[in-house]
Amino acid sequence: MFVEIGHFALALALGVAVVQTIVPLWGVARNDPALAAVGPAAAIACFLLVALAFGCLTMSYALSDFSVENVAANSHSTQPLIYKLTAVWGNHEGSMLLWSLILVLFGALVALSRRSLPVKLRAGTLAAQGSISVAFLSFTLLTSNPFRRLVPAPGEGQDLNPILQDLGLAIHPPLLYVGYVGFSITYAFAVAALIEGKIDAVWARAVRPWTLLAWTFLTLGIAMGSYWAYYELGWGGWWFWDPVENASLMPWLAGTALIHSTVVMEKRDALKVWTILLAILTFSLSLLGTFIVRSGVLTSVHSFASDPQRGLFILGILIAFIGGSLALFAWRAPLLKQGGLFAPVSRESALVINNLFLATACATVFIGTLYPLVLEMLTGDKISVGPPFFNATFVPLLVPLLLLLPIGQTLAWKRGDLLGAAQRAQVAFGLGVITTLAIFAFVRGGPVLAPLGIGLGVFLVAGAFWEVGERVVGRAGSASAAWSRAKGLPRSAWGTALGHAGVGLSVIGIAAVAWGTEAIGMLRVGESLTSGRYTATLEAVTPRIGPNYREEAARFRIVANGAELKPVEAMKRVYTARAMPTTEAGIRTDGLGQVYVSLGEPDGSGAIAVRLHDKPLILLIWIGALVMAVGGALSLTDRRFRLAAPRRAAASAALPQAAE
Amino acid sequence: MLIWIIFAAMTGAAVLAVLWPLGRRAPALFADAAGATALYRAQVAEIDRDLGRKLIGAAEAEAAKAEAARRLLRTTAEESEPAGESEPSLRRRRAASAIALSCVPLLALLIYGAYGSPTIPDQPLAARMKANPAQDFEMALARIEAHLAANPTDGKGWSVLAPVYLRQGRFDDAAKAFANAIRYDGATADRQAGQAEAQVLAAGGVVTAAARESLAAALALEPANPRARFFMAIAQEQDGLVPAAIAALKALLADAPAGAPWAGPVRSRLERLEGKPSTAETIASLPEADRTTAIRGMVDSLAARLAEGGGSLAEWSRLIRSQAVLGEREAALKSLATARERLGTDPSAVAALDGLRNELGLQEAAR
Repeated sequence: MFVEIGHFALALALGVAVVQTIVPLWGVARNDPALAAVGPAAAIACFLLVALAFGCLTMSYALSDFSVENVAANSHSTQPLIYKLTAVWGNHEGSMLLWSLILVLFGALVALSRRSLPVKLRAGTLAAQGSISVAFLSFTLLTSNPFRRLVPAPGEGQDLNPILQDLGLAIHPPLLYVGYVGFSITYAFAVAALIEGKIDAVWARAVRPWTLLAWTFLTLGIAMGSYWAYYELGWGGWWFWDPVENASLMPWLAGTALIHSTVVMEKRDALKVWTILLAILTFSLSLLGTFIVRSGVLTSVHSFASDPQRGLFILGILIAFIGGSLALFAWRAPLLKQGGLFAPVSRESALVINNLFLATACATVFIGTLYPLVLEMLTGDKISVGPPFFNATFVPLLVPLLLLLPIGQTLAWKRGDLLGAAQRAQVAFGLGVITTLAIFAFVRGGPVLAPLGIGLGVFLVAGAFWEVGERVVGRAGSASAAWSRAKGLPRSAWGTALGHAGVGLSVIGIAAVAWGTEAIGMLRVGESLTSGRYTATLEAVTPRIGPNYREEAARFRIVANGAELKPVEAMKRVYTARAMPTTEAGIRTDGLGQVYVSLGEPDGSGAIAVRLHDKPLILLIWIGALVMAVGGALSLTDRRFRLAAPRRAAASAALPQAAE
Repeated sequence: MLIWIIFAAMTGAAVLAVLWPLGRRAPALFADAAGATALYRAQVAEIDRDLGRKLIGAAEAEAAKAEAARRLLRTTAEESEPAGESEPSLRRRRAASAIALSCVPLLALLIYGAYGSPTIPDQPLAARMKANPAQDFEMALARIEAHLAANPTDGKGWSVLAPVYLRQGRFDDAAKAFANAIRYDGATADRQAGQAEAQVLAAGGVVTAAARESLAAALALEPANPRARFFMAIAQEQDGLVPAAIAALKALLADAPAGAPWAGPVRSRLERLEGKPSTAETIASLPEADRTTAIRGMVDSLAARLAEGGGSLAEWSRLIRSQAVLGEREAALKSLATARERLGTDPSAVAALDGLRNELGLQEAAR
């Protein structure tokens, strides 16, 4: 019965979403607050209904109710409970339900954020958001219904795709979806502003936390996905320029541009039309990402859903929402009041440059991802656009952006002093140069570009904290004064510093990949293999039986420069229900680097193929992303102006005295 | 019934949630000017703070403050006139209520009506495990499979599973299961012949070299095994030895005991070999509509004959299966009930009928 209750709740949610779209929009058009007030109520009701549906489906998974087709196709009675639960979104139908759930969750959050939003803007936003809910709920119900029943119910399910039976992939989709769907709110805000014909600093301030929230989660989601690919796919790479990865990178780049341009809008009331366009584009790219992954236009490890009919439906959604909003933009944007001009050397100009670079980088990824698809569709030729293309286009675009970043960060608003900013950045720059030279001096015969990359990373990290450091330490005499100044700094300043430092850390990690080494060999028990700093000795190969798989586990003794690390285990598994093999790499973290062992095929005479990687500083790539996300979250909690204004005013009054 | 009461309650709650704000006295206007004032006041405070930290000069601070003030004026001037509790406003509310009242239940019922299955109860695995396995064919099958996954050397188990796979059309699995039964529990003519049949069907009707080996093994154990003889004849036919095949099939028919269930297929194969179109082929060559009519005619004549009385388990099973396949669920249920009455004295027949019922999903509609 609960299955059917969940199904009915989802159908009801669609009805409520239709009301959420129509009635508040009417209220905005007629200036009628009573109609507008339906928006929040409908958004909350919609969320409760979809949450009920999701709960019912989750329960079917937990209880292995194989009379639900979706459960029978993606679960198995011997699967551990945690994977029974994550299997809910480890398949097309369930993941669309999760998409919808997060979508309406954001709607409900907007509905509940009463104090920070003007009523009319909120109503318009909820209406726009409601239309997205209508599209995705009907997509789920009509083409990808997770509540379809199976009669007679099979006695056993077909098991979740073994490659997805992993904790990393269990968390990856929800994080990524919160990111993708979070940008739907920004999009809804943009559409509401266009409909209302009014956009100002209030709008920018209202949008800021949502954008930061979405961006933070998208950053985490991408990092998680990258780490998962690194340890699960067993070839030790961390980014493959796979279309599915690019699909998440594009909204991230556009979203990064967006969080910077909203700052300009909030502070200076400028860059309005561009910000609106960016908001629309960011969510459009999220939709495009969903389309690429869900329609099955490409085959990759992620395409566990391939169905051209669904693809057509999503294409329809894509055209309606992107085309519709761009048409609205073309029609209404000229009516928006333009903000003031600004000086060529100022923080806002620096942010414009940032936006130009990011948008161009996003465009190159877009072309690199879609060109092969379009070409194949038009001419039938298959070409592959791989790392060489992106290394030749994307990287040269990012390097100048990163070089300018610490300088832009120290520029003042309105009228900056380029020379002063450059002087302030010079210490950080010096640190970077010294690091590079030191590496050149001590490491011989290594890759040429890597030390430059490390230097750039150091420059970024030092530059990020230099500004904060100067504001805290530079004018404070004592440690206690510095502490109070540090507390007095707005959290968004710390967020900025952390975000930029995170970029620097990731750059260091990426540059250090060049020093990684790899060795491949056929090993018998007792034999060893050396790669870089590490020597791995095969100690034993033991067969084991897991809850729903059998595996061969190979134990390796790891010795690094004479010191012995804890042993690692690499596994080859066969999941019995699908008779599908997977590899589980053995990874041992050593400082910021890792030693990575993965197994290949046995040769039949007792030897097994082993790949051993030495990956120095590799963890910095993901630590950098984590630091970026923390920066975003910190900045998000900074609700300056309204709530914290009185307290901060008192603090800032106290500060000059402390400095003297 | 209960489920519809729950659905009605859910619909009511959803509609009420949406209607609730329409019933309340709403504020007369969008009180957004207050928010704008607060924002610009905070902006001025921040300008002062920047001035205090000497991030901007005094003149710039003055200019910035002036700009903030100008923006505030602009916003408050734009504040629109309220709609109020006027007559059109009340009419709008009523219209909005009508939308909510109609849209939500209609859409929900339309979509759920098209895709929902309100009569199917939840079937969590634990509950099915506790229930009588005889009533749940799929569960029984899953149990045997799980047992064999844990004890792959149980040849008796494989020999039970193999014919089930064969009936379900899982020919490769059936061939493997027969092979396992032979390996762990010894070869019998039936197992060898079954494996041959599975191999032939898996190969799309072609008697492969491996199938021939199995057939030869079966005939070595039991020269009279009808299944092995039948497929051997087909092998001869494939080799172009049609007269030999005809002779073999005729001999097989001559040896058939009265009422052997396999006599039908053998006879139609023989008719085809002799150049006479068999009944099945005549039907297959008919156009789509006629074919359905012809099949229905056959099923109906069988039903009529059985309705007069008697009928073996095999005949009843064939009738029920045909009716279920043709989508005549009601008729199939009726035949099932009649068959249970007629064959009620034979417990093994009743069990077979129950198995058939579960296999075909002919359970009574859930209450």
